[in-house]
Amino acid sequence: MSFFGITRATLAKDVRLEWRSKDAINAMLFFSLLVVVIFSFSFDPTAEESRRIAGGLVWVAFLFAAIVALNQTWARELRNQVLDAYRVSPAPANALFLAKALGNFIFVTVLEALMTPLFIVFYKLRALGPTWELLPIAALGTWALVVNGTFFAAISLRTRSREIMLPLLLFPISIPALLGMVNATTAILTGEGSARFWIALLVAYDVVFTSACLLLFETVLEAE
Amino acid sequence: MKRGFSILAIVTALLLSFALYEALIAAPTERTMGDVQRIFYYHVPSAWTAFLLFLINFVASVVFLIRRDTKADILALVTAEVGVVFCTVVLVTGPIWARPVWGIWWTWDLRLTLTLVLWLIYVSYLVLRRFSTSSQTPVLASVLAIFGALDVPLVYFSIWFFRTQHPSPVIGGGGSLDPRMAHVLLINWAAFLCLAWLVCWTRFRLEVLEREVEEAQALESLLEGSR
Amino acid sequence: MAEAQSNPDALPAVVADGVVKQFGRLAALRGVSAQFAAGRLYVILGDNGAGKTTLLRTLAGLAQPTRGTISILGTTSVRSVCTQIGYMAHPSLLYDEMSGMENLRYFAGLYGIEDDRTANDRCREVIASVKLDPELERPVGQYSQGMRQRMSLARALLNDPKLLLLDEPFSNVDSRSAQEMAVLLAQMRDRGKTLFVVTHQPGLLEDVADEFVRMDAGKIVNRNAKLRVASQ
Repeated sequence: MSFFGITRATLAKDVRLEWRSKDAINAMLFFSLLVVVIFSFSFDPTAEESRRIAGGLVWVAFLFAAIVALNQTWARELRNQVLDAYRVSPAPANALFLAKALGNFIFVTVLEALMTPLFIVFYKLRALGPTWELLPIAALGTWALVVNGTFFAAISLRTRSREIMLPLLLFPISIPALLGMVNATTAILTGEGSARFWIALLVAYDVVFTSACLLLFETVLEAE
Repeated sequence: MKRGFSILAIVTALLLSFALYEALIAAPTERTMGDVQRIFYYHVPSAWTAFLLFLINFVASVVFLIRRDTKADILALVTAEVGVVFCTVVLVTGPIWARPVWGIWWTWDLRLTLTLVLWLIYVSYLVLRRFSTSSQTPVLASVLAIFGALDVPLVYFSIWFFRTQHPSPVIGGGGSLDPRMAHVLLINWAAFLCLAWLVCWTRFRLEVLEREVEEAQALESLLEGSR
Repeated sequence: MAEAQSNPDALPAVVADGVVKQFGRLAALRGVSAQFAAGRLYVILGDNGAGKTTLLRTLAGLAQPTRGTISILGTTSVRSVCTQIGYMAHPSLLYDEMSGMENLRYFAGLYGIEDDRTANDRCREVIASVKLDPELERPVGQYSQGMRQRMSLARALLNDPKLLLLDEPFSNVDSRSAQEMAVLLAQMRDRGKTLFVVTHQPGLLEDVADEFVRMDAGKIVNRNAKLRVASQ
């Protein structure tokens, strides 16, 4: 099968399996809801202030939810050493990586789609800047977290304390992306300043690290 | 080899002593900040040394991935460790300086923030090396080092732009530097570079020996047929 | 060393030269040098920790030798001949949540079996050859151990490999299924495939194996066509 054929087949398989074990999805969705509620209890600003800090709040909440999703990226492949079956086959490692990254992207986007309306309601948010720009920011920011997250989840397969290794590796590297996501969102919400620079930064970040992940994933997969 | 090492050790000791004298006594006192400013001679060279060490780490990691040369991997490990130490010096001297002068413990100063992020990245690098259960830890570590290096320009630009939007005090002062102070700064940097080189060299030899022991133990039958 | 009847000019299937595999302070393989002819069934035996699994994984390309070289089917790059290799390990290498057919359809895709109908036919054929029901919708995770082993073997056979590497295929399998599997493996060998079978039950293959290879402490210590001789 062609490269994208394998990516598509793997993604379809993952979506199908995720759908079958609905309790996992439901637990994740409920967890995301909890995160929003906890944040709302912890940070209770006025409407004016909330616009300033909401960017940070929302993205940190997304980050929490993303980590939980990312930590189970390879869980099914680990269970019966299925990764070995993939590695001995002629299928390119990158097709697997791309499928996993896209799967995570879809999954985290679904979580964000659930959390966002709740945040808007709890914080009475209303964007003073061009609202449509929030979509590319969300997509670019989510991809930034997910592409490196999937990659570092694979590295963590080869370590002890897997669940803590992933965020430990991911957070420092993600700092520029985080600055980008948060400041871009804040700029749109407050209507002050332009999000353009931050969007450009996110694009650069995504291009650099997607390339790096695609170039180095096979090396990591084979580093047993 | 041994002789070169001894020479370096002596040179380092001499340079450090001289640099100490220059920094604490000979250098002119700063007009507004007073003697506290002398921390500058530790803060800035430490940062430059750390950045240089991390650059070497990046090159060594790339070389390792291409050539799978153990020596390159050991160099990467060593420069990461010593680099983290120098980073720590920067992160400690920064607040010590900032507090009496500006009344704050921390500022999102470009150099300080960049150092913090690098410190985080390289500590995570060292944690990965420690926690890896793979027999190919050097490969994983090199990959992480490359990711870290790719991140650096992005970190730099993001902080730089952030600061244009949220200006705050610059530790180390912008503007021109008195030539006598620049002179002392460079002497201290030379001393720190020699110290870094000395420590790296020692650590390098230590790691080479440790790996040789490991390999010898692995190939020898410890107990007949048992693990 | 006893030689079975085969074309003496044929390339050896596997040539190992001074293979060392080290995991930190542990050396799993400590200098394996041997040649293995094609079209034979080799049984690899030895105590736990002898290095049998590591050897198999190295042959499969899952582990790289720390030192020394391994040549598989004429090349040192295992990746280039991976379409001709089938690997089966102690874990099932299957997704517990999918049925046997779903699992195999997915792996067939990985091996480039494009067309839907060809893939379906091939999967059915291979599942039937291990005496399992292709229409069984039950997820593999709910199979008995014996059924899971057989489905795992089916997966290894999907791409009709020239070289079969099987790690403990008979473990936890009931004796009748084990005997059926042994017959199947002999048939594979008769069709010209090369098989390496790691097992703690070499007796099951006593009548069909070409050679018994005993490993101890990371080395090959004995090779013989007769089990009794090789076990000494």
